[in-house]
Amino acid sequence: MTDWPILSTVTFLPTVGALLILLVRGDDAASRRNVYWIALWTTIVTFLVSLLIWIDFDNANAGFQFVERTEWLGGRIGYSMGVDGISMLFVILTTFLMPICVVASKYSVKKRFAEYMIAFLILETLMIGVFCATDLLLFYVFFEGGLIPMFLIIGIWGGARRVYAAFKFFLYTLLGSVLMLLAIMAMYIQAGTTDIPTLLQFQFPASMQTWLWIAFFASFAVKMPMWPVHTWLPDAHVEAPTAGSVILAGVLLKMGGYGFLRFSLPMFPIASADFAPFIYTLSVIAIIYTSLVALMQQDMKKLIAYSSVAHMGYVTMGIFAMNPQGVEGAIFQMLSHGIVSGALFLCVGVIYDRMHTREIAAYGGLVNRMPFYAFAFLVFTMANVGLPGTSGFVGEFLTLIGIFRVNTWVAAFATTGVILSASYALWLYRKVIFGVLDKAALKSIFDLSRREVAILVPLIVLTIFFGVYPIPVFNVTGQAVDNLITNYQAALSAAGKLALAAQ
Amino acid sequence: MMDLATLPSLTPFLPELILAVGALVLLMIGAFGGERATPLVTTLAVLLIAVAGLVLLFKAEDGVTFGGAFVLDPFARFMKVLALIGSGFAIVMSVNYVKREKIARFEYPVLILLATLGMLMMISANDLIAVYLGLELQSLALYVVAASNRDSVKSTEAGMKYFVLGALSSGMLLYGMSLIYGFTGHTQFQGIATTLSNGPIAIGVVFGLVFVIAGVAFKVSAVPFHMWTPDVYEGAPTPVTAFFAAAPKAAAMALFVRVLFGSLGPAAADWQQVVTFIAVASMILGAFAAIGQRNIKRLMAYSSIGHMGFALVGLAAGNEAGVQGVVLYMAIYIAMTLGAFAVILFMRRKGQMVEEISDLAGLSRSHPVVAFIFAMVLFSLAGIPPLAGFFAKWYVFLAAIEAKLYVLAVIGVLSSVVGAFYYLRIIKIMYFDEPAGAFEPMTGELRFVLGLSGIFVILYVVFAGPIGQAASVAAKTFF
Repeated sequence: MTDWPILSTVTFLPTVGALLILLVRGDDAASRRNVYWIALWTTIVTFLVSLLIWIDFDNANAGFQFVERTEWLGGRIGYSMGVDGISMLFVILTTFLMPICVVASKYSVKKRFAEYMIAFLILETLMIGVFCATDLLLFYVFFEGGLIPMFLIIGIWGGARRVYAAFKFFLYTLLGSVLMLLAIMAMYIQAGTTDIPTLLQFQFPASMQTWLWIAFFASFAVKMPMWPVHTWLPDAHVEAPTAGSVILAGVLLKMGGYGFLRFSLPMFPIASADFAPFIYTLSVIAIIYTSLVALMQQDMKKLIAYSSVAHMGYVTMGIFAMNPQGVEGAIFQMLSHGIVSGALFLCVGVIYDRMHTREIAAYGGLVNRMPFYAFAFLVFTMANVGLPGTSGFVGEFLTLIGIFRVNTWVAAFATTGVILSASYALWLYRKVIFGVLDKAALKSIFDLSRREVAILVPLIVLTIFFGVYPIPVFNVTGQAVDNLITNYQAALSAAGKLALAAQ
Repeated sequence: MMDLATLPSLTPFLPELILAVGALVLLMIGAFGGERATPLVTTLAVLLIAVAGLVLLFKAEDGVTFGGAFVLDPFARFMKVLALIGSGFAIVMSVNYVKREKIARFEYPVLILLATLGMLMMISANDLIAVYLGLELQSLALYVVAASNRDSVKSTEAGMKYFVLGALSSGMLLYGMSLIYGFTGHTQFQGIATTLSNGPIAIGVVFGLVFVIAGVAFKVSAVPFHMWTPDVYEGAPTPVTAFFAAAPKAAAMALFVRVLFGSLGPAAADWQQVVTFIAVASMILGAFAAIGQRNIKRLMAYSSIGHMGFALVGLAAGNEAGVQGVVLYMAIYIAMTLGAFAVILFMRRKGQMVEEISDLAGLSRSHPVVAFIFAMVLFSLAGIPPLAGFFAKWYVFLAAIEAKLYVLAVIGVLSSVVGAFYYLRIIKIMYFDEPAGAFEPMTGELRFVLGLSGIFVILYVVFAGPIGQAASVAAKTFF
């Protein structure tokens, strides 16, 4: 199987599915069904094939595996793919969430169903490509290319203020990314290649690192999103269709964290060490401030969106703690958040499909009519709070340990976020699920359909499984993270800055 | 000195010869056949351009002829292919338009042939006199086609404006040339370059250089010599606008590159700052001024100003990567522009052309394929990967970074973000808004052009290597 380009297969399978959908003509119920099944089978097959990557993955190998390389732009810019312990699980996360998104969209998307599915499948290709690319320019092409389908998804199938949200999303992200593009060019000229493994070995001069770091930060901070450039996210989330929110929260937000881990830390270690306090500050502000903002929300999706920003604060903090606990915790937190926040958006989608409102005040007492729904929502709320036994706990706890080893004050402030997250999440749960069911419209609401159970059960299982037994994830990430930290320390000590590297 | 008794070598000149003789023959056919001959003349004109292109690619040999005034090299070949493609498609796209608007005249394809001939001469000009010859042959033909809808006030106004401002710019160009000639004693590019590199650069040469740049900047419609562009684009008949936006831009940009690198290379430090300023001003103006436009032809005018700014970034870099960037930028720009104008020409409702951007509302429902390709072309114009326009920007900004023009590069990418806004607005109107009623079905030749453009824009990412290689060979001419 070593010769078979499995990464390219996984990356471009969804595109093949999208081309197949193009062959389906008409807009009646039958063709709609055909489109649905093509999209579902494509995403399922992609997921199954991507599992082969995990099966064949060598946990002891810290470098890139399943490497592919072909000529592309000439010179030293090639089409090259590969995954390591850091990126592999994000590929799986993407392929895992996609079938769920397809199923979740079956009835909620009323118009232009075929185009919707095509946009999603193209988006899947671009997202997987981001995590598989081992060439900087190729990475950028995938990274930026994802804006096109997401812009259309928000703009065509979104809510009332979709146009505003789509433009904000697009322009914010583009603005951050073009600066990174210039940095990529500067790196190409300095190092003579855009091959990521080569660049990881390359020592950029310290003065240059600062500027490159800032340029990459501009892009990843927006994508992450970090306070204060997070404002596009609540708008995009609120207006996007349910499946769009799931992908946005589940995968697109992870690209920022992935970028920090893949580029900022290993390629610009000196600048990363210099900027770490800056990142801690922004992270802590994000955790506390956006949690407080979340407390004030009247819209469910907005509340979850702000809580996402707060959770991403833990991720950035953990990454820049630069010790095994912090980094592995950050990766775990990203994966867990991908599942949990995706699931929360699905939960909102469930009642939105029935009532067509996301106002928290419009609900109450749902537990009386929807016990299964109340249970599912409870699991994800607890995971969002970070209750031990759910996957949310592991990531939060590890990042807090990681940061505690570096700076106890930051850890102390960040920990208040745990309390705040409990306040807004439980408040939301109480308002929506408990209380008296006195709203007339809710009297006839019915519980989860079989289709909805089918998409929520895998998420519940994973949330609890990884909360109790997270070691499969750490087995994969362990070597790569150790390698990352070793190289980072070596680069710092080479630069005579060992004092900063907290041990 | 050239021996007057013997003919100069004609092999590098073959494509031009074919076009010149062919244009005259077609003029005769038209003159004797009258208006009935128009379809025949049009078809033959396209064929003639195709033949000239094939001869250029497979038959004409690199070399210098006419006593050094004319040169064919890989750079010229590449840019001439672009100019021929632009002209050929412009004629193709005009066929149904002129019939419907009842302005079908055989002079139109003939004038485009003559303009193309002028462009090819400009691209190959290796001497200041030859530059002027080519430029004027091109411009005079363009003035006339701009006014070709002679019963329309707007069209004649466009032609008049273009003529007056064009004459002014030609004057500036000539004045600059005379200064350069006066201070170096040469009209031939190599002679000028040698003189400049042999000593300090005289202040008169710097003045001459500024005037020459101003003259050429007018032709590529770079700020601050851009004022004619929106009016001419709006006033001229749409196929003429499509023609203006593509081929003459490529030719003028090629001329720009050759004059600056071929003859004024040793004075690079002096012209780099001028070109940098022009590039920055064009990018910013192109980005901001387009936001408020309601008419799609005016919008394309500002968009072309912005794009010329981006291409000039490569020129300002003053290195080999920069020339490669300019060459590629023009190639990709022409493909995108032709696609966009195919859509604009298709905007016809109840027998009337419509030009408001809002007329495109809901195009994605009424004509999904057209809307999709147009959206891809627009994303490409905005420079979003993986479409062709991204790679165009990649090469020019790479050159700017290599030349350490960091501020220029940052301003450039930021204005490309601003520019993305108005391209997105068109996509928004096509995709997010409610339909405004269908257009008449797209005619075959427009489908053909739009389809080719769409394939190029979407699949460029696959063929980026070989095309980049060809551009790199072209750029090596000057280094």
